[in-house]
Amino acid sequence: MSKEKSDIQIDSEIIDGIREGDNLAIQQLYQIHFPPIANMVINNRGSREEAQDIFQETVMVLYNKISDDDFVLSSRLQTFLYAISKRLWLKHLTRGEAKYRKDSIEDYGEALAAEEIIEDHEVKEANFVQMENALNGLGEPCRTILYDFYIQGQSMAAICEKFGYTNADNAKTQKYKCLQRLKKIFFKK
Amino acid sequence: MKSLNQQEFIEWADAYLREELSQEDRLRFETYCAENPVKAELFAQHKAFLTTMEKADARSNFKRDLQHIALDYDKTHNPKPATKVISLWDRLKLNAAVAAAIAIVSVFSTLWLTGYYKNLKKTTSDYSALRRDMNTVKRNVNAQNAAIQNINNTKENIKETMHYGATGFMITKNGYVVTNYHVITGADSVHLQNHKGESFKADIIFTNPEKDLAILHINDSTFKSIKSIPYTFKKQDSDMGEDVYTIGFPRDEAVYGQGYLSSSTGYAGDTLAYQISIPVNPGNSGGPLLDKEGNIIGIISGKQKGIDGAAFAIKTKALMETLNSIPADSLNGKNVVLNNKNLLYNLSRTDQIKKLQDYIYIVKVY
Repeated sequence: MSKEKSDIQIDSEIIDGIREGDNLAIQQLYQIHFPPIANMVINNRGSREEAQDIFQETVMVLYNKISDDDFVLSSRLQTFLYAISKRLWLKHLTRGEAKYRKDSIEDYGEALAAEEIIEDHEVKEANFVQMENALNGLGEPCRTILYDFYIQGQSMAAICEKFGYTNADNAKTQKYKCLQRLKKIFFKK
Repeated sequence: MKSLNQQEFIEWADAYLREELSQEDRLRFETYCAENPVKAELFAQHKAFLTTMEKADARSNFKRDLQHIALDYDKTHNPKPATKVISLWDRLKLNAAVAAAIAIVSVFSTLWLTGYYKNLKKTTSDYSALRRDMNTVKRNVNAQNAAIQNINNTKENIKETMHYGATGFMITKNGYVVTNYHVITGADSVHLQNHKGESFKADIIFTNPEKDLAILHINDSTFKSIKSIPYTFKKQDSDMGEDVYTIGFPRDEAVYGQGYLSSSTGYAGDTLAYQISIPVNPGNSGGPLLDKEGNIIGIISGKQKGIDGAAFAIKTKALMETLNSIPADSLNGKNVVLNNKNLLYNLSRTDQIKKLQDYIYIVKVY
C-alpha cells in the first residue's frame, strides 16, 4: 500500500463512507472540500456562516444522490461539489430572480447539469421533510411504535412489552392503526 | 386460498419484508400477490412508503451528524469566529481602500494647492538644524515650523503685486548686493531702493539655500558705480559680548537697532551664525550686522519665536564661502572685489550711520 492514496481512491472512500453513515468519512469530506467552497462563497460577498450553510446543503445533495443505489460519480468529487455549491450560492444571491443568470456561456452546460441535480434534490428533500413532519405530527405512542418496528426492526413482542400491551394482537392492531394514520397524513399533504 | 383483509395482508407483507417467513411461506406470499393484483399494488405502495420512511430517518440522522461535524470543524479551524466588524471589514475592505486612497490624494493635493509645502520649504531652508528638529517632533509640524520666524515683511497690503520686502546691502562698489535667500525665493523680479527713494532693478546672480544667502547684482542704467564702500568685512569670528548694531527696513524707513553679540553659534548650534540680542522685526532680514568699528560681521537672517531677544545673523565667513563658490560664468566679468579700507573707524555712531546708509537697500520682491 502506498502511503499517498490517489485522489480518486479518496473520493470513492468518502462516498462509500457516507453511504454507510461513517462519521470519519464526513469529517474527511469537510476537511478536504470545505475550504475551497468557503473561499468561493466568502469571496463572493458571503459570510463564513453562509459558507457553512451552502456546504451543508451541498453535502445533503451529495447524500441524496448517494443513497440512490445507482449513483456513479461521473466527475471528481471536488468538481461535483463545487458546481453544486456555486449553483446554490448563485441561487441564494439572486433569490431565484433569474433562473439561468450566467457569468459566461462556457459553463452553461455545467450549470444546467447542476441545476437539474439541485431540482431533483429539492423534490426529494420536500418528500423527506413531508415524511418527517408526518411522523412528528403523529404523536406518541404511534411514532415510537412505528419507529421501533419499521426502522429499528424490533420484534412485535419487544414492543408489546415496552408499551405494556396485554397481548401481541392488541399491539398489532395498534401498530396497524398508527400506520394507516401516518399514511393518511403523509398522502393528504 | 381465503381472502385476507387489509390489516392481515399488511402484517403478512411486513413479515415478508422482514424476512421472518420460511421459504415455503415466502413462495406462498409471492404467489398470492401474483394472483391478486389489487393486493400486489397495495404491497408495492406499502413497500415504497416504508423505504421513504427509512430514508427520511437515515437522512435526518445524517444531517444531524453533519451538523455536529460542521460545529467541530468550525471549532478546530476557526476557534475565534470572525466578529461582525471583521466580516464587515472583509466585505468592505476594497471600498475602504478606495476611500482611503481618495482621502490621501485629496489631502495632499489640497496641501499642495494651498502652498503649504512652499511655506514648509521656506521656513525649513533657513536652518539645516531645523529640519532635524522637525523629524523628532513630526506630529507638530506646524508648531515646529513656527519655531523660526523669518524676518521679512509678508504680504504688504499697499500694493497687491508686491509680495515681500526686506533689507540688503552692497558688498562691492560695482553693484553686488547681498540679502537672504528666503527673501528672494520665488521672486519674479527684485528691486532695490535706497533711503533716497531711488529704485534699481537687480538680477539674482547666485543663491545658496543652505547658508540662506543670495547675491544680487544691480542691473539698471540709472545706477552709477560708486567710488568706494565705507565698511570692510571682518573675516574672523567676533567675540561674545561685542557691541553690535544694524540698520534695516522693517518699514519703509530705515530703522537702527543696537545690541550685543550674545552667542557665537546660531539657531540649534549653527556654527555659521551668531546669536545676537537686537530687537529685529520682519523686514530686517538681509540687513548688515556691524561692530563698533564699522566692520560687517554678519547678515541678519531670523529670530527664534518665543524667546526674547534671540535673533540670528549669518557670519561673514559664510558670506565669503558663498562668494568664493560663485561660478565665474555667473559674474559676467564683473569680479567681486571686496573693500579693504574701513572709512568708519573712529567715527561716532551717528556719523557711521550717515556714511553707510547709502549702501543699504530695501529689497522689494515682486
